[in-house]
Amino acid sequence: MKTIQEANDDVLERLRLAEPRLVDVKTVSEIVPDADAHTLYHAGPPITWESMSGPMKGAVYAALMYEEIASSPDEAEKIAAAGGIRFQPCHEVGIVGPMTGITSWSMPLYVVNNQKYGNFAYSTINEGMGNVIRFGAYEAETVDRLKWIEKSYAPVLKEVIHREEGIDLVSFIGKALQMGDELHMRNIASTVMFRDFLYARLVELDLPLTILREIAAFLSGKNDQLFLNLVMAANKAAADAADGIFPSSIVTAIARNGYEVGIRISGLPGRWFTTLAPPVDALFFPGFSQEDACPDIGDSAILEVLGMGAFAMGVAPGLVPFLGMHGAENALATTEAMYEICHGEHDRYRSAFNGERGLPLGIDIMKVVELQRSPKINTAVASKEAGVGMIGAGVSEVPLQPFVDALVALDEAIQN
Amino acid sequence: MAVKDLFRQELKVVNIGLRAFAEDLEKQDKRVVHVDWKPAAGGDERLQSILERMRKKT
Repeated sequence: MKTIQEANDDVLERLRLAEPRLVDVKTVSEIVPDADAHTLYHAGPPITWESMSGPMKGAVYAALMYEEIASSPDEAEKIAAAGGIRFQPCHEVGIVGPMTGITSWSMPLYVVNNQKYGNFAYSTINEGMGNVIRFGAYEAETVDRLKWIEKSYAPVLKEVIHREEGIDLVSFIGKALQMGDELHMRNIASTVMFRDFLYARLVELDLPLTILREIAAFLSGKNDQLFLNLVMAANKAAADAADGIFPSSIVTAIARNGYEVGIRISGLPGRWFTTLAPPVDALFFPGFSQEDACPDIGDSAILEVLGMGAFAMGVAPGLVPFLGMHGAENALATTEAMYEICHGEHDRYRSAFNGERGLPLGIDIMKVVELQRSPKINTAVASKEAGVGMIGAGVSEVPLQPFVDALVALDEAIQN
Repeated sequence: MAVKDLFRQELKVVNIGLRAFAEDLEKQDKRVVHVDWKPAAGGDERLQSILERMRKKT
C-alpha cells in the first residue's frame, strides 16, 4: 500500500498534468449508458425531490417541459412529486453543472477529453444571463433557448470542433489566469478569447446569415460566463483522473445542491461526505438580501478543487468589489490562506501578481481539519424562489464537518 | 540577570494564540510579535489522535 504522502504526490501530479481538450458535443443520451428521458442530473450530492431548493425545482420544471414530458410547470411538479423522475448527481456520471446543474437527456454537452489520462468529462453549454435554467427559470423563453442551443447552435459548434480536430483548453485557461480571470466568477478574458476563436471559424462554415446572426447574438449577448462550463468540464476531467488513489487525503470534488454541500476525496472514491449547505457571504443586488437567498448551490466549486476561483483570487483584483471584498490585498490574502490547506501548487497555472508562484492545488483534508480552515468558494447567489434568478455574488466557506467525516472514514479504511 | 532587573527593561513580548492579548499590549504602546497559532484540530483530542496516526502512515 502507498503511504498517504505517496498517494497525495500521485494525485497532485495527476491534477497538474491534466491536458483537457474539447473534442466534441454530444447529448446526455449519447454519453450516459443508463440514461433515459426520465432521468435528470443535478448539481451537488444526492438529493430527493422534497429537499430540493426553489431554483432546482424550477429547473426541473424547465427540463421536463424541454423534454416534452410535461406541458406546464404544474404538470412537471406532479410528475416529480409522484416519483416519476430519477435524480442523480451530475458528478457521478462525469458531468458538472453550474448552479442548479439540471441536465437532461436531449441536452448537448461539451465533451472534454483529458488527453494525458484518457478520461472524459462533460458540461452543458452556458445559456448566458437572465431567465436561464441554471438559476431555476422555467419560462417559455427559457425552454425555447434550450431548444435553440440543441437544434441550431450545438450542431454548428460540433462542426467547428471536428474541423479543428479538438480545441486545447489549457492555453485558454492559462492565458485567462494572466488576464484577470479567476475563472469561476470572472470569465470575461477566457470568454472573449474563446469567442474570437469561434468567430474566425464560424465565418468559414458558409452558414446562412440568419443563423450566424443568431449565434453572434447568443455568444456576444449577456454571456460573459460562456467559458465557465468549459473550464468546469476541464477541471472535472482533471479531478476524475486523480480520483481513486488510496489512501490519498486530497479532495476531488466539492459540490452543492442548494440544500447540502458534499465533498469527495481521492482515497475513498464514490463516497460523499455532506452537511447542510451554508449561506453565502455575498454582496446582493439592489432590493435583495440574505433572506432571499438560496443556500450555496452548484458544481462550479470544481474550480476551487483545481486551484482556481477563490483559490486564485489573487489573480483577479477586478473581481474584488463584485464579491463584496475590500481591497486587492484581501484577494491575495485569500489565495495565501488557501496555500496552507493544499498539498502543493500548480506548475502550469501561475499568478502574475504573486511572483509567478503556482496556484494552490490539491486540498488536503488533513490540513483542513488540523488548521480548522475550510476552502473558500467564489460563487453566484440564486434567489430561493424559482425563476427569480441571480441576486448577488460572494464567497462561501465549506463547513468543516464533511472534512472531519472524510478524515474519520479514511482513517478507518486505512486501519482495515 | 536578577529577576528584578527584568522589570526595569523594556518588555519584549511574543504572544501566541489569542490575538486580543497582543492587541491590549499594543494599545499600551508595547512591542508585541503575535504568532497566529491554534491547537491542532481546534483542540479535539480524538481528531488529534487520528491525525497523529495518519501522519505515521505518510
